[in-house]
Amino acid sequence: MNHWVIAPVLLPLLAGILLLLLGRANPLWHRVLSVFAVLIQIRLALALVAATGGGDILVYALGNWPAPFGIVLVADRLAAWMLVITALLALFALLYAIRGEDRAGRHFHVLFQLQLFGLNGAFLTGDLFNLFVFFEILLLASYGLLLHGGGRRRTRAGLHFVVVNLVGSTLFLFAVGTLYGVLGTLNMADLAIRVAAAPPESIPLVRAAGLLLFGVFALKAALLPFYLWLPAAYAHTSAPAAALFAIMTKVGAYGILRVYTLIFGADAGLAADLIESWLLPLALATLIVGMAGVVAATHLRQQAAYLVVASVGSLLTAFGLNNAAGIAAGLYYLPHTTFATAALFLLADAIARRRGELGDRLDPGPVIANSGLLGGLFFVAAVAVAGLPPLSGFLGKFLTLRAALDHPFLPWIMGAVLAAGLLGLIALARTGSLLFHRALPPEASAPETGPALAGETVPIIGLLLLGLGLTIGAGPVFDQARAIADQALQPQLYIQAVMNPGGKP
Amino acid sequence: MEALIALIIGVLTACGVYLTLRARTFPVVLGLTFLSYAVNLFLFAMGRLTIGQPPVIAAQAAGYADPLPQALVLTAIVISFGMTAFVIVLALKARAELGNDHVDGRHEP
Repeated sequence: MNHWVIAPVLLPLLAGILLLLLGRANPLWHRVLSVFAVLIQIRLALALVAATGGGDILVYALGNWPAPFGIVLVADRLAAWMLVITALLALFALLYAIRGEDRAGRHFHVLFQLQLFGLNGAFLTGDLFNLFVFFEILLLASYGLLLHGGGRRRTRAGLHFVVVNLVGSTLFLFAVGTLYGVLGTLNMADLAIRVAAAPPESIPLVRAAGLLLFGVFALKAALLPFYLWLPAAYAHTSAPAAALFAIMTKVGAYGILRVYTLIFGADAGLAADLIESWLLPLALATLIVGMAGVVAATHLRQQAAYLVVASVGSLLTAFGLNNAAGIAAGLYYLPHTTFATAALFLLADAIARRRGELGDRLDPGPVIANSGLLGGLFFVAAVAVAGLPPLSGFLGKFLTLRAALDHPFLPWIMGAVLAAGLLGLIALARTGSLLFHRALPPEASAPETGPALAGETVPIIGLLLLGLGLTIGAGPVFDQARAIADQALQPQLYIQAVMNPGGKP
Repeated sequence: MEALIALIIGVLTACGVYLTLRARTFPVVLGLTFLSYAVNLFLFAMGRLTIGQPPVIAAQAAGYADPLPQALVLTAIVISFGMTAFVIVLALKARAELGNDHVDGRHEP
């Protein structure tokens, strides 16, 4: 048994506890420890990518209780991929936070590490109830991070966010309870076997539970009818928290991909392809509505939040194609959109800081300090997010459309993706020209230089460079995405690894 | 007994949904509590309702009461306790900062 599988779960937990024990010690210690823990997580995640690269599925039985009686952690290519994206995003969000925002309230680093604990656990677990528990951990930490720093609008947005997610958790429990009541197991691999073998009279209940679960994941991923909580929450929280939250909607997308390829996939007998008729139309509608929000936004951070909604639409469109090429395109698009929207959140904060009273409101104001560098970064981030060539956003969209060529809904997919791209382009071009081109002459009293530039721009440049890396290394990255998709579409490999770890027949 | 349990879960859920949709934070918190009670009962009943059975398999016993849902319910109760405590504190904070207990922080005549 490979003990490294549990390391990405334990490390942030232990780091969080240690940070809590440090108490009111010098903030430098907190920052060093937190950054150090995230750096080790990146290393661990890369090690897991290497260990799963050959197609091995690593199973870690907690307490050495064999599946399906105990809880298992499963590291396959998909889980390792998500871990790497999370750890890299966390590093840059943290680097932005340690400029001073982490001192705006107490326990920022503790909550940050516990959020990573929940995220890593959710990606690695192979048990449906355990997935619920890790969801709760990451949500509870995110409530704290969302409210970090305080303020009226943040409290109001936080209240909505918490209540919506609590209702979502209740629905999750109803779905899990129904599945257990009908099938008598919660281990995902065992569930896959039993769903496939379920007698016809229990299929309606299984389908109902599966669709309820889809509703929960759609809520977490901010899919169309359930996205309303997202814009206010993301637009009003602190910038590093918003950047880290860029991965949170992807947890919902991951849940959809995992559960509906493994448990309700093509092999699931009478419950096969449960959400196929729902996912694609909802994703396309989310894409359009999200982009409409981007066009209508009156504040830069609100615009970035709606871009997160639209990116979920693009991502789930790719997953909804339900073929290997589509899923691979989605997995290539996932890190791109995570890094690009996170960069945009950080950039919006850096810009808002230099505009005084105006903040991030999209009204013409005086020329801001360092407008050259920030404008350039905004241009790169906007090109990436809008999906213009040559950056990774374009490649992601191109791969999605190429995978859709044989799909019966091709005209709809083509129309929605291209129209959304155009809307995003118009909105971001307007924002950019408004902030940097049509700026009024500087006021005489305005300070010549803004806040310290290096600390702010290094994380943004880092995130954009990651996007650039995805573009330059598109070949190997897409090969990896393709390998993940192939593995995800062969659930029998996962089931075999979990239920029969020794490989004995 | 099944009918009674089902009725109770249904009534609790209905009350919870109704109260969660109210405009003031206190009924919303109560509604979330009702919803979590309903789901706890539901999870508990998913191990089937049995009376007088041992919790683990014994050689002499004819059957056993499934212990797993009880463990699940314990976890769910702990989590919902924590969440309820958090949402109460948050509602109080919102009342203090926004000046009223409307979920949108709106002042109404």
